[in-house]
Amino acid sequence: MPPIDPEILGRLQFAFTVSFHILFPTLTIGLAGYLTFLEWRWLRTRDDTFLRLYKFWVKIFALAFGMGVVSGLVLSYQFGTNWSEFSRITGPVLGPLLGFEVLTAFFLEAGFLGIMLFGWDKVGEKLHFLATSLVAFGTALSAFWILSANSWMQTPAGASIVDGHFVVDDWLAVIFNPSFVYRFLHMTTASYLTTSLVISGISAFYILRGDTTGTARRAFSIAMWGVLVLAPLQVLLGDQHGLNTLEHQPIKVAAMEGNWNTESNVPLLLFAIPDQAEETNHLEVGIPNGASLILRHSADGVVPGLKEVPKADRPPVGIVFWSFRLMVGLGFLFVALGLWGLWARWRGRLYDTRPLKWLAVALTPTGFVATLAGWFVTEVGRQPYTVYGLLRTADSTSPSVAASAIATTLTIFLIVYGGLFGAFLYYLGKLIRQGPSEPETTGETPEAMRGARPGLVVPAE
Amino acid sequence: MEILALISAGIIAAAILAYVLLDGFDLGTGILFPFAPDSRSRNIMMNSVAPVWDGNETWLVLGGGGLMVFFPLVYSVALSAFYIPVMLMLFALIFRGVAFEFRHQADTSTHLWSASFFGGSLIAAFMQGVLVGALVQGVRVEGLHYAGGMFDWFSPFTVLTGLGTVVGYGLLGATWLILKTEDDLQAWARRSALVLAGGVLIAMAAVSVLTPFLRPAIADRWFGGINLVFLFPIPVLTALLAAWLFYTILSDRELAPFLSSIGLFVLGFAGIGISLYPHIIPPDITIYDAVAPRSSVIFAMVGVALVLPMVLGYTWYAYSVFRGKATEHGGYGGE
Repeated sequence: MPPIDPEILGRLQFAFTVSFHILFPTLTIGLAGYLTFLEWRWLRTRDDTFLRLYKFWVKIFALAFGMGVVSGLVLSYQFGTNWSEFSRITGPVLGPLLGFEVLTAFFLEAGFLGIMLFGWDKVGEKLHFLATSLVAFGTALSAFWILSANSWMQTPAGASIVDGHFVVDDWLAVIFNPSFVYRFLHMTTASYLTTSLVISGISAFYILRGDTTGTARRAFSIAMWGVLVLAPLQVLLGDQHGLNTLEHQPIKVAAMEGNWNTESNVPLLLFAIPDQAEETNHLEVGIPNGASLILRHSADGVVPGLKEVPKADRPPVGIVFWSFRLMVGLGFLFVALGLWGLWARWRGRLYDTRPLKWLAVALTPTGFVATLAGWFVTEVGRQPYTVYGLLRTADSTSPSVAASAIATTLTIFLIVYGGLFGAFLYYLGKLIRQGPSEPETTGETPEAMRGARPGLVVPAE
Repeated sequence: MEILALISAGIIAAAILAYVLLDGFDLGTGILFPFAPDSRSRNIMMNSVAPVWDGNETWLVLGGGGLMVFFPLVYSVALSAFYIPVMLMLFALIFRGVAFEFRHQADTSTHLWSASFFGGSLIAAFMQGVLVGALVQGVRVEGLHYAGGMFDWFSPFTVLTGLGTVVGYGLLGATWLILKTEDDLQAWARRSALVLAGGVLIAMAAVSVLTPFLRPAIADRWFGGINLVFLFPIPVLTALLAAWLFYTILSDRELAPFLSSIGLFVLGFAGIGISLYPHIIPPDITIYDAVAPRSSVIFAMVGVALVLPMVLGYTWYAYSVFRGKATEHGGYGGE
């Protein structure tokens, strides 16, 4: 076997385990908020539809939450096992941020999750609602701390290196570092948008299959309002985040744009194959002055190029360039879905426009793709540093851990996570096939309708 | 700075102890899982821990996070030294954790997730015992880095501490079930607790006898000068508590066996602490060498002081919501 660099193996392992993990919080942050909304509406209106939706989606929430917990536990130890130098050097900064995440968020979520899932007949309705709200608050708080930690690695502030490790002199500057607010808003919006897409897709599937109880229509309507508001908001936030990156990590932006030379009138590339070795792009297709216009708001605006820094200080351009295009492309597709939904609603045909429902079904998992692509842009774009400009990835690894050990555990992670993901999808599919429960029949329902197969009975409204 | 190091060590020790006691009984429940009388018993056992296991495991995240906060050097050295057992523990905890939801959803593959629950609990418990043993026997450090091999953690002593932890968690699980179950299942839990209590005493005795031989410093701590006079109460208390444990298992008391098992763990934990102090990674790194910079320690301590009382408060509340006997149908969504 050829000798493989332990740094590359460590990066592959972390990229895999953290990418796997983030799928689940992305869903649970959004679903927790959705469940809070449903329970609140149920308490206010006493409309049974909201309660049945709650009891259906809380099962999916529990499934995803469990996956998030176990895959997150791995990460909290992986810093030490695979990145011991990183932990030792940045521990005084990142340790407290992660510690606060555990103390303020994880315990809150775990403490009230039990009541949320198993407490219906043990506590009153108001207390149960409080439990749901606190779990939702906990998920957002968790995002607050972990994104603060991540943002500090991107745009470090408030600390300096003394005696070989970081020492903090201003905690507010650490927590509210220059990119934190942008990243926090961008990621929480991504969670809510991704969740809206999941709900609209699954609900559209139920409507296509024949929704006898009205629950799917209600959920579809709520989720399409979500997409309509959140998708354009996300585009706006993403633009602001990009401008912030331009200010603090110009080389990352150069990689996102595939721009090698610092110059004016830079085109917005729609297609290109960046060539890291030759320092150029192949097969460029672009909109003239596009990048200059977006980043500098004028056609002759100067956009930084990758050649500003030595080759060894540049991130892998291809991954950043293409992940960015994937994220942005999907983002605009989500905006289109939201607008189409609004148009159909205006015409009173939100539930009857078949292509709209099929598009919603097709886009069900794509929020996760866009979220992952976004993380690839920001994390790969930070390379070759773990703490931007201050600590190199090569100096962050565990010196004593053999490449063979990392390769072995990476293989096990691939197998175990692959199997778990399969099981997760299997049980998720099972829950989705079951769907929300039928309403309590009051005797007013026609006998023919109750036993009949859905889809044959209910006429289009 | 000395006092900060001492308080930091106290916080870490408290978090780890809380983890051992809380996740101990739910891992123990998993270890006993295949030996339960029937599948109805297994459902009850799982439901007795389902609402709380996640919170219990959070103390492990706090232990890891806490080390990174207060002793980043220890987090860095110990986790790279114990790479393999830590990874095996994490894989095991994954299988244990997903079993709750998957087993609940399963129709035909219930046995698969039962096995996952049992195997995960067993291996996680064993690896945690191995980690404690490996720490006590010492870690080779040069400068700021681990200087040993990938398998230094493996020795007869660590296998013993691993087995001891499996039996110990089993005891916590069995006495938890005495508290949470009734009738046949409770009678089975009492019989299991009796056997496991015997196993725990043998393991504690063996570890106590062997530990002073690991390093002269440990022997000196227990037997040097007049230390023995001050430390004598620990083995005596352990013996008394063990007798009380046997008595209460055989009586009809329900809470006392669980509390006495916890007491045994606390005493064992104290014994390890006494053997190690002032080292946090023996034989070279003390808590005073490893403590994080003042600005980080103080910031984190303020957080702990403000937030931990709230955490304890609502954790207590969450437990009290689910007090009383566990039932077979724990009730997702109250159905």
